[in-house]
Formats: sequence, C-alpha cells, structure tokens
Amino acid sequence: MPVATIAGSDVAVDAEGFMTEFEQWSEDIGVFLAEQIGIELTDRHWEVIRFVRADYQAQGETPTLRRVSTIGGVPTKELFQLFPKKPAKKMSYIAGVPKPHGCV
Amino acid sequence: MTTTKEAPVVVPDFGDEETDRKICFIASKGTLDMVYPSLIMANAALGEGIETHIFFTFWGMDIITKELQEDLQFTWMGNTAMHPPGKKLHMPQGMAGLPGMTKIATKMMKKQIADLDVPEVPEMVQMIADAGGQLWACKMSADMMGLEMDDFVDGVQGIISATDFVELSEGAQVIFT
Repeated sequence: MPVATIAGSDVAVDAEGFMTEFEQWSEDIGVFLAEQIGIELTDRHWEVIRFVRADYQAQGETPTLRRVSTIGGVPTKELFQLFPKKPAKKMSYIAGVPKPHGCV
Repeated sequence: MTTTKEAPVVVPDFGDEETDRKICFIASKGTLDMVYPSLIMANAALGEGIETHIFFTFWGMDIITKELQEDLQFTWMGNTAMHPPGKKLHMPQGMAGLPGMTKIATKMMKKQIADLDVPEVPEMVQMIADAGGQLWACKMSADMMGLEMDDFVDGVQGIISATDFVELSEGAQVIFT
C-alpha cells in the first residue's frame, strides 16, 4: 500500500491515489487533495465533504450522488457545478473515503 | 493554514481533459423492468462526465409523459425467466393473467427497487435531466399518441425525427433498450 506525505502527515492511499484510512484525513489534507484536482473549496464544497464523511461514518459506505442530494440537501445540478464532470469520484477523493459503489 | 506542499504519490485521473465520448440510449419500452436499464446506465454515464442523450420512442414515451411516468407496470406474462427473488421456482405463465396480478407484481418490483435506494421513474428522469442528460421525444410516436411538448416532463428538450436522432448520434455509442 503506497504512503503519501500530505500536509505534513503520512497517509495511506490506494493505487489510484484515494486515501484508504478514514481516520488519517484532516481538513488541511482535504484542501490539498482538492488543489491536486483543480478545485478551490468554498463553504458549499465543505458542506458536501462534511456530509460525505459523516454519512460514511454512519453508514459504513460512501454515499451516492442521490444520497448527497436527497439527504445531504445539495441538489444534483449544483453537485455537477461544484465537482465538475465526475462529482461522485471527486467528492470522495477530497473527503478521503472510497469511491461510491452504488449504481445510482 | 500550514499545509506543506508535497505531491501525493498518485493523483487519480479524473479524465478532465476534453473527451469526445458520447452515449445515446434509445428507450423503446414502457414496462417497469425495461425502463430502468437505460435510465440507470444514462445516469452512470453522466456521473462519468460523458455527454449522454436518451431518445424515447414507442412505449418508452411513457417514461417522459407526465400523466403516465409514475404508473408504469410490470408483468411476467411472456417472460419465462420470471422467478421470485433468489428462488429457483418458476412462476406459471397462466398465473400472470389472473386479474390483479399485474398490480401485485408491480408493487413487489417497486418495493425491491426502493429497497436498493433507487428512485422511482419520475425522480430518476429528473435526476438525469439535472445531471445534464439530454432527453428527446420521438416525433412519429408523439404523432401516433397525440402528444405535444406540454405533455412531457421538464427536461425533455424537443420532439425530433428519426433522421434528427441519426444526425445527433454521430460518433456516439448507441444503445437500444
């Protein structure tokens, strides 16, 4: 398992670069990961990221886009604006959780 | 912020550079079990940043017709593969024809879909439109069924002919469902 040094700490990542240890994440790491994929985090991004992390912790799996919109309260259209093109993958990458597995 | 700038070993490739990949679905069925394949795959394609179109034709028109889209039905009549979830038990064809059986089968299938946290058809269509999916109604079907733009849900961009669809799908992967 590769280890990357991000924001001064060692974090475990998978072959694609997604973090694999939920507890190793911090907001500084989130900011850094977002920069890597060209996203500057606004308050609205943070709402999504905090929801994704809280929901992952509660449910044991990464929420799907639909869950982020219906339960997290950020509409689908806006998710595509905040995290262009591949919102589900990008938000999970920044939030330090695995890619969602659900089909919807 | 005391972020130390050190590059992570790998940054995932989110394919942000422009891609010309394009997928067009043709949705020609209006039975509950046959409308989901194109909707689920179109939604997945949009989530991957791919230009996605759905061309609704014949019974597939029901998927985008306001009056009908929440009332799609399921029957196993003519479907010899039908078995209860996870059971090696075939359902007699004759049973499917009993009065009220379509209603029961529809209810059961809707429950299974809901249990997976997959939305019903109206919400699914809305989600696809919100995600940037382009929805088109077939002109011949609209003429046959006496439907106009007002009969369709928001998100349907127009009523187009078969020729229009062939032009629109140039260079696309076309999937007939």
